Order: sequence, then C-alpha cells, then structure tokens
Amino acid sequence: MFAYILKRLMIAIPVLVILIVVTFILMYLAPGSPFASERGIPPAVLANLEREYGLDRPFIAQIGTYIWNIVTQFDFGPSFQYRDQDVNDLIEQGFPVTLTYGFWSFVVAVLVGAPLGIMAAIRHNTWLDYLAVGVSIGAQVLPNFVLAPILVLIFTLWLGWLPGGGWQGGQIEYLILPIIALSTSFMASIARIARAAMLEVMTSNFIRTARSKGLPERVIVMRHALKPALLPVISYLGPAFVGMITGSVVIDRYFSTGGIGQFFVASALNRDYGVMMGITVLFGALTIIFNLVVDILYAWIDPKIRY
Amino acid sequence: MTRRFLLSMTTATALVLSAPVAAQETHPETGETLAENQSFSYRLLDQFPTLDPQLIEETAGGHVSRQLFEGLLTQNLDGTLRPGVATEWSTEDNQTWTFTLREDARWSNGDPVTAHDFVYAWNRAADPATASEYSWYVELAQITGAADVIAGEAEPGTLGVTAIDDYTLQVELDAPLPYFPQMTVHYTLMPSPQATIEEHGSDWTQPANIVTNGAFILDELAVNEFFRLVPNPEYWGADDLIITDVTGYVINDANQALSRFQAGEFDMMDDLPAGSYPDLEAEMPDVAHAVPRLCSYYYAVNHTETGHEALQDVNVRRALSYAVRREVITDQILQAGQAPAFNFAHWATADFEQPTIYYSELTQDERMEQAIALMEEAGYGPDNPIQLDLIYNTSENHRQIAIALSQMWAPLGVEVTLSNFEWQSYLDIRANQRFDLARGAWCADYNEASTFLDLLTSNNDNNDGRYTSEEFDALLAEAATADDPQPLYTQAEEVLARDMAIIPIYHYTQNFVLDPSIRNWAFDNAENNWYVRDIYRVAE
Repeated sequence: MFAYILKRLMIAIPVLVILIVVTFILMYLAPGSPFASERGIPPAVLANLEREYGLDRPFIAQIGTYIWNIVTQFDFGPSFQYRDQDVNDLIEQGFPVTLTYGFWSFVVAVLVGAPLGIMAAIRHNTWLDYLAVGVSIGAQVLPNFVLAPILVLIFTLWLGWLPGGGWQGGQIEYLILPIIALSTSFMASIARIARAAMLEVMTSNFIRTARSKGLPERVIVMRHALKPALLPVISYLGPAFVGMITGSVVIDRYFSTGGIGQFFVASALNRDYGVMMGITVLFGALTIIFNLVVDILYAWIDPKIRY
Repeated sequence: MTRRFLLSMTTATALVLSAPVAAQETHPETGETLAENQSFSYRLLDQFPTLDPQLIEETAGGHVSRQLFEGLLTQNLDGTLRPGVATEWSTEDNQTWTFTLREDARWSNGDPVTAHDFVYAWNRAADPATASEYSWYVELAQITGAADVIAGEAEPGTLGVTAIDDYTLQVELDAPLPYFPQMTVHYTLMPSPQATIEEHGSDWTQPANIVTNGAFILDELAVNEFFRLVPNPEYWGADDLIITDVTGYVINDANQALSRFQAGEFDMMDDLPAGSYPDLEAEMPDVAHAVPRLCSYYYAVNHTETGHEALQDVNVRRALSYAVRREVITDQILQAGQAPAFNFAHWATADFEQPTIYYSELTQDERMEQAIALMEEAGYGPDNPIQLDLIYNTSENHRQIAIALSQMWAPLGVEVTLSNFEWQSYLDIRANQRFDLARGAWCADYNEASTFLDLLTSNNDNNDGRYTSEEFDALLAEAATADDPQPLYTQAEEVLARDMAIIPIYHYTQNFVLDPSIRNWAFDNAENNWYVRDIYRVAE
C-alpha cells in the first residue's frame, strides 16, 4: 500500500510537468497579449513591458525559468494583470476563502445527498422515493447561476435576512448563500448516484440471502448494503471535492467572495499568463491528490481491491 | 504598562476627536442637516489591478487614485480646473509652464509634498524600468524628452521637468500645448512618494505601506472582495472633509450588484445591467442618472488593401454611413440617453462646439435615398452585392448593434458576415486590419477635442482602419498650437465626414444609480471623475 502511494506520487511529477508544458504552449499560441487594450500600446512601451515580464525571451527560456522558479523557490511569478500582487499572493489570499465555502458545501452535499438517495432506495416507489427523486432532479436542473440570483432576490432583497455577497473573513451570514448555491447540484448528483447504487445492491443475491436468514432490515441495510452501495458515490466524491474546494466562477462572481474560482476564466480572458499557469498547476495537483485519496478509500471499503 | 496606557490614551483621544463629526450637524455652506452616517460605499465592476498612480491604466483604479492622491491641479464638480497641490500656474508661450506649490501639502506620513515628488513621479512614469502601460501619456503631454526616455534612447530621469525649489515646478514641452494644465489632472502625473517606493518596491501600495497625499488613505484591501479608505489626517483640506470612510465592493455581475444596491448595501453603482436603465429611470427617477460620458462609438472602415476593394470608394463609405438609422440604435437598442453621432469628438467635450455635419440635417428617408444613389454610382447594389466582414467583440450590446447594422445595410446590396471574437483576439485582429468593418469606441484621456481627433491621424497606432489624409493631419498639427483651435476642429470633422474616415454611431452616456441622500455629486464632470472630498450625506 505504502509503495503504491509512493509510486502514484512519483507519477504525479511528470504529469504536472506535462500539464505545465501543454498549458504554456496553448497560452503562448493564443492570440492577444496581457497588455493589449482598446488603446494600443506604443511599440517602445510594449517592448519595456515585455522585457519586464521576460516575454521577449525565447519560448524555451521562458518555460525553463518558470518551472525552475517553481521547483527551487515555489514562486509562481508575477500576475500580468494585478500589478500590485504576485501569483503566490493571489492564491494565498483567495484559496482559503474557496477552501472554506467549498469544504462546507461538500459537507452539506454529502450529508444531505447520500441519506436522501439511500432512503429513497430503501422506500422504493413510495412517496418518500418520489419526493427525493423530485427534489434531486429539481436541484440538478437548477444551475447555480440561476439559483444564486434567486437566493439573493429572496434572502437579501425581499426578506433582508442575509447579505447578498462579500466575505468579511468568512462570517457565517456571508457563508450561507454561497454554500446553498454551490452544494445544491452536487447534492442532487450524490442523491441520484446513491439511490441507483442502493437499488442495485438491494436486489442482489447476498441481500436476498441475508433476508432469507431472517436478519432485521436495519442490519441488512447498515451492515451489508451500505458499504457496497457507497462505492460509486465515493468515486464521484473525489472529483466533486476538488471541484468544490477549487471554487466556482459562478459563486465568486455572484457573491464577490474573493475566492480563486473566478480566476479560472478571468485569467484566460485577460491573458494573465502568470495567474492562469498558477491556477492550472494548483488545480492539477489537487486533482491528482484527491484521485489518489479516492483510490485509497476504495481499497478500504472494498476488500476485493488490493494495490 | 506605560506604553499600553499611552496607546489607549491615543485611541481615546482619537475617539473623542472624531466624535463630534458623527453628531447631527449642518453643512457649513448649504445649511442642510447632515446624516449621522457619513460613510460612502460603491460598487466596482472589477478589481483594480494596481493603485500605483504611474501604473494605473483603467477606470476602477483611476477612481480610487483620485481619492488617494492629488495632482498639481484637480477638478471642480463641473470638471473645470481648480488648484490641487499647485496654487498657481503660468506660462508665456504655452511651452514652458511654471507651477507654484502650496506649502501646507503633506504626505500621509507627515512629509511635505514638494516639487521633487512630481519630478520623481513623472520621470518614473516614463522610465522603461517602471514598465508603465501609461508611459505614453507623458509623451502625449509633450514633456520634453519623454519619447526618448520611453524608447530607451535617453537616460531615465532626464525629462524636461525641474524643481526650481521645493515649491516651484517648471515643465518644458516639445511643442506649445495650451491645454497642458488639464492634462496634469490625470493619475499618471500625480506625485508618488519616493522614499516609500524605494523602501517597499512593488509592495508599496499595500495598506500597511502606502503613503498618499490626497484626502484619503488605504486602510484595507481584500482582492476581488472590497477595499476601504479612511481620511488622511495630513491632507491640507482635511478639515472640510465630511465623509468618514469609503468602501468599494467588487461585484462582477451587474444584476447581482443591482439587487444589492436595491437592498441598500451601498450608495452608488455604474455599469448597470444591459437594458435596465429605462425601467430604473421610470421607477426611481431620483436615483437613476444619465450624464454625458466622453466616449464615442463608431465603426472603423478598413482603408488598406486587406479590406474589401469597394471600401476604397468614398461613395460606398458614405452610403454605409447614410444608411445607419442611428436613432434606432440609441432609442431602441441602448435606451439610455445616448446621442446619435455624425461626427467623432463627443458633443460634451470642453470648449468644443459640435460641428453640423451636412448629412445629419437630412431626414433618414433622404439619407437612404442618397445612400442607394451613391451605391449605384459606385457600381454596386442589390444586383451586384458586396460581401463585407464585420467584426465585434463579445457583448450583448455590440451584437445587437451589429445585427441592426447588417439589416440597415441590406437594402444597399451589402451582405454582412458578422464575426464575434473575445476581447484579446479581437484587438489582435483589428490591429492587423483583418476586417472590413470593425466596432470601435474611443474615450477621452483629457477633456479636449484632440483626444478624439488625434486617433485618426496617419501615424496614430490606434488608427485601426489606417485612414490617411494629409489635409486632416495638417489641421490637427495646426490646432495643437492654435490659440483658438475650434475652427480647425470643425474643419477637421468636416474632412472626416467628407472622406467618411469612420462611421460614427453614437456618443456615450454614463448611466448610474446613486442614493438620493448623497449630495454634491459631480454630475457635470464629463470625464466622470468624482472626488469623495466634495460629497456628503444629508439626513433623510
């Protein structure tokens, strides 16, 4: 097991390097420049800017320096747009925000979604099942860019209970709306996956055996059915967790949280090469780590899986 | 123990001193009852990239810079000049300017603001090592040596700006520039604190380090969330300040921002949701405002060989412009008080009298009739159609206008292919003349007509359609040094209209909502520069 984890971490290094190189090439090939604006910049000024950011150097030298600075100093370089900040500053300020609302959204999504799906499966074809399916489909088809303005309309404008955005160090009243908006669709997905998996498990042979032995329903569900039913849910949770803690463009834009999710799109549109690379590397590394965590959880839940 | 006692004493003193401001007071001049709450807050569309005056290159940071820093001159509510750090300014020949600085101006750390701070800042703006996107502004202001310093052909620090003594600044220009004082209002030419910058490098604008000479200092900054300003006690006009703090909230989404404005979370927002203005104006006439904004919307015509050959024919260009039903665009698409444009420079530009362009006086039917005739003369029409590539950047308004134009031109036998690009790609394509017709907009850098008209001179890098006219260039060159440039500007606009260098569409308005308890707002500043030092809140 230990050797397996070590092996996976070793593979992660070339994966990240490939990610950096491919992103760097795509970025290099994209038309436009971080300094372009409606008013074109005089050539002499542009040359000064490019020299300042090293863009006048050959491609190989640029990418070499970039990787070298990450490896030796963990320095992701300057932001091309936010001249007062460098990429490390931006991530240091924004990531804790994203991590906070992402983590709590994950907790809410799992704690509501999984029991909802499992209850629906156990009470298959009863009103509870229909209710759960209705709720989860409703939540699934309501994207967060629709939900977020509706929440603000209701809770900020009409009722005046909660602030419509901001962060203020993560006070609870600033957290509620972003968490609802972010967790809803994940919750719905988890509920549907859990319900489908549970239904399948409940009709399988070993459950029938357990029933014929006369075990009480509660024991059947808790001891025999739950673990195998959770496997598909867990394989979904890894990417979902990364998706949530790396934030969401929608949440950051609508609720002005100051998180890093918004950089995903904004940095590409602004050609902010520094931030775009930094965010890509961060998200890439997190994805690799949490896929590994999921695989480890798999082995723990399913004794058939051995690494 | 002693130290803590002292500290708490200082805090207590500060509280006592600030307390009377919060009490119910009346405005010293108007006698209006002031509200107890004198906080002002507003919404920003995007986080400003920097607060370094020499590095700022966009509106959001520009607005904050006007609260934090004060240039030689600043503006009254209507945009006219008033003394800033300089109390007097004079020139004999419009080429050598002398500014006398006030002796009571202080940086927020207590240091005096001197002529040396301006010398440092202006040289810094031009220095290639600063890599300022706005270094061209120093060159635009004609300051001697700017072009060479920017191009790296002269030593940094050799601009034609000298501190005769601590409180006298002398500026040498390459050419006479009657409106040079107007240009000193701009953030690029605001002073900056040399000692602080040298101590902290690029971190000097962080709240813990920043030193400013304006009415406010930066207290807090959370990127992409909010920032807060508090009064600068060292500011020479600090006693007249009524507002106690300023908060800016970064809210990208316009609809979300409007909901929060309506919930009373802040006092002012511009960049309203597209199409929302007519309803807002009808529902809240004392809250919604439309004022002129010095920007002109136009379509660039590709005059080079990469453009359609028909566009080389002035009759075709005229026909295209005649056929544009501008009031459909302003009254039915934009609906926020924009003015149909037949000339380039915005009508509200200071000291600029908008010339009457010949075809603006025709009715739209007459224009259309002439347009069809002009196309026939050029050998085109529904029987011999031309295909043109029209490009615009992603935006709902740009899209609607582009679609409307393609419909308006259809009767002329013009078939338009619309291409939409995201911003950076768009700039690249447009700058390389890979289009027939391209959406464009130009906003004033300073309040004088040359800020618009210079764009279309032959050697201007931003003249994306590459219109060239020796006659036009000569008129602009003459206007730059003329005592009364207005007749030359009128002629220049007439040349543009005759050649149909571009297709003018409309002149902008600035649309915003403002809490009605806020008074003394700079509604009449056509550059939309506002200064919090002027405003106050009255009791409801």
